[in-house]
Amino acid sequence: MSTYSVSDATTAAAPRAAVTFANLSGSYGVGLAASLAWLAFGLSCLYWPDVGDWSRTESLAIGAIVIAAFILFGTFSADYLGSAGQALRKRAPWLVAFGAFVTLWEVATAKFAWLPLPFFPPPQSILEVYTDDLPKLLDSVFASIKLQLGGYIIGATIGFVTGVSIGWSQKIGYWVHPVLRFIGPLPATAWLPIAFFTFPSSWSASTFLIALATGFPVTVLTWSGVASVSTAYYDVARTLGAKPSFLVLKVAIPAALPHVFVGLFMGLGSSFAVLVVAEMIGVKAGLGWYLQWAQGWAAYANMYAALIVMSLLCSGAITLLFRTRDRLLVWQKGVVKW
Amino acid sequence: MVVQSAAEAITYPAVGAELDIEGVSHAFDIDGAVLPVLDKVNLSIAPGEFVALLGPSGCGKSTLLRLVAGLEKPRSGSLREDEVRISGPHPSRVVVFQDPTLFPWRSVWDNVALGLEAQGILKPQRHRVDAVIELVGLSSFRNAYPHQLSGGMAQRVALARALVNDPKILVLDEPLGKLDSLTRIAMQSELVALWQRKGFTTLLVTHDVEEALVLANRVIVLSDRPARIKADIAVARPYPRHRGDPYLADLRKQILGLLGLEATW
Ligand SMILES: Nc1ncnc2c1ncn2[C@@H]1O[C@H](COP(=O)(O)OP(=O)(O)O)[C@@H](O)[C@H]1O
Ligand SMILES: [Mg+2]
Repeated sequence: MSTYSVSDATTAAAPRAAVTFANLSGSYGVGLAASLAWLAFGLSCLYWPDVGDWSRTESLAIGAIVIAAFILFGTFSADYLGSAGQALRKRAPWLVAFGAFVTLWEVATAKFAWLPLPFFPPPQSILEVYTDDLPKLLDSVFASIKLQLGGYIIGATIGFVTGVSIGWSQKIGYWVHPVLRFIGPLPATAWLPIAFFTFPSSWSASTFLIALATGFPVTVLTWSGVASVSTAYYDVARTLGAKPSFLVLKVAIPAALPHVFVGLFMGLGSSFAVLVVAEMIGVKAGLGWYLQWAQGWAAYANMYAALIVMSLLCSGAITLLFRTRDRLLVWQKGVVKW
Repeated sequence: MVVQSAAEAITYPAVGAELDIEGVSHAFDIDGAVLPVLDKVNLSIAPGEFVALLGPSGCGKSTLLRLVAGLEKPRSGSLREDEVRISGPHPSRVVVFQDPTLFPWRSVWDNVALGLEAQGILKPQRHRVDAVIELVGLSSFRNAYPHQLSGGMAQRVALARALVNDPKILVLDEPLGKLDSLTRIAMQSELVALWQRKGFTTLLVTHDVEEALVLANRVIVLSDRPARIKADIAVARPYPRHRGDPYLADLRKQILGLLGLEATW
């Protein structure tokens, strides 16, 4: 019907190119290698006896062999699996590397103890944490998410509103700017001792600190985003009959949005740091506290297990932020893929 | 040198507004020094007239347009639209700037709808947006974003964004300056057709003498900064005009002389 196909053309070209590239590089071979690597991992669990007393060695072996079977099946039926098949093909080299890595890790710890033992737990002991200590770990995950989300949303909202206000109104800027300069660069964790005895609860103190860590970068970047909007946009909108509220909501804010997202991204990073420290020191819940607790018991496997969960959560949060940005900023030319 | 009077009795459709610029002077303060930009400019434009402004670069043409748009206030003198003093921007006087200045976060349709949305009358008037996009021939690009458009298409969107408000005065600041010559010639004809159809008063700044002569009823030649009106030349030729017309060639020679460029002729 229409002749408009700019975006269709560009998106259609990419997967086609990817397929031919994958075929050329011998995707079956790589997939086969990935399957073998995971099979090796499973067999390595079974072949040698454990040097310690771990209850999940066999479960781990079964899991690894099941993964190997899935990779094998996926590799040879990738053409019929649609996007899942393509995704598997694309990640096959990584599956080889990862399979090799866990095999090596298994052999170096559980089987021959080349790495000093309590500090480098084998994969099966981490699996054991996930199966046997699941309730406590899940509680910690929910506590962390609750604290992080509350503080982050409060900080981001206040930061955004403050940033827009000082970017827009010189009068507000006059009063807020010096405060921002004085307090902003201070690491939020420096407030920790004061926050924990001035706030009614350690939970509200931590929420405040996370909000502070988030709010500063969001404020500064929103402000610079609003301040750097070209006056030409305002001129155009004003000659078309725009009132000040329209200029703020429909010109300044959308134009500043790319900056705002940089601020949200930076705020997310610094608030993670505050979250973990606050949980370790004040709040008796959450993954930071779990890490602390595990350290107290010299439970190294628990620490690794918690670290893995933590990194998945942080990475997931950033992915979510980037997805949101990509949706809102489709109009931008070259957005970075996370 | 024959400089004709512009006071010719031509009748225009009643849509356009009259524009009176009376004794307008303007200046900017730069590092404590005063830079005079406009010097007692007097110009009266009849409803529906198409006036082109020509002048050396940096003489104050864009400044004059900003005053007409109401984006700035003159240091002295007054500007009036239909005898009403211009005190601020109003959608009856819309500007198309040299850069299309489309909002990159809005699709073509949303860019064109900007004026109606800002005035809070978009809901009942959506068909006007569709109609004007059709008019500039971009219906199949209504959902595209500005970075997906060519320069000529972007400038057509900017024109549509202005026209959707049914302006009484259309102010054009070198709107075709950055286009390649083929696109420019095509858009010149489109502009004349639109102007004839709609009947708005048009004030066009251009640096292209030929463009001024092909489009305008009147050509105003400005002096170096601070700008004064050096000549007011009527172009009494029916549309569509032909670039090879000896009458226009004669005027072109005159104007180039006024701009101090005889040698290049
Ligand atoms: N906002 C401003 N502040 C200071 N000087 C300005 C401003 N706008 C324009 N000028 C100066 O006024 C003069 C005329 O500018 P302008 O009207 O843009 O010229 P042109 O005829 O090329 O459109 C130039 O010398 C320019 O530097
Ligand atoms: Mg100019």
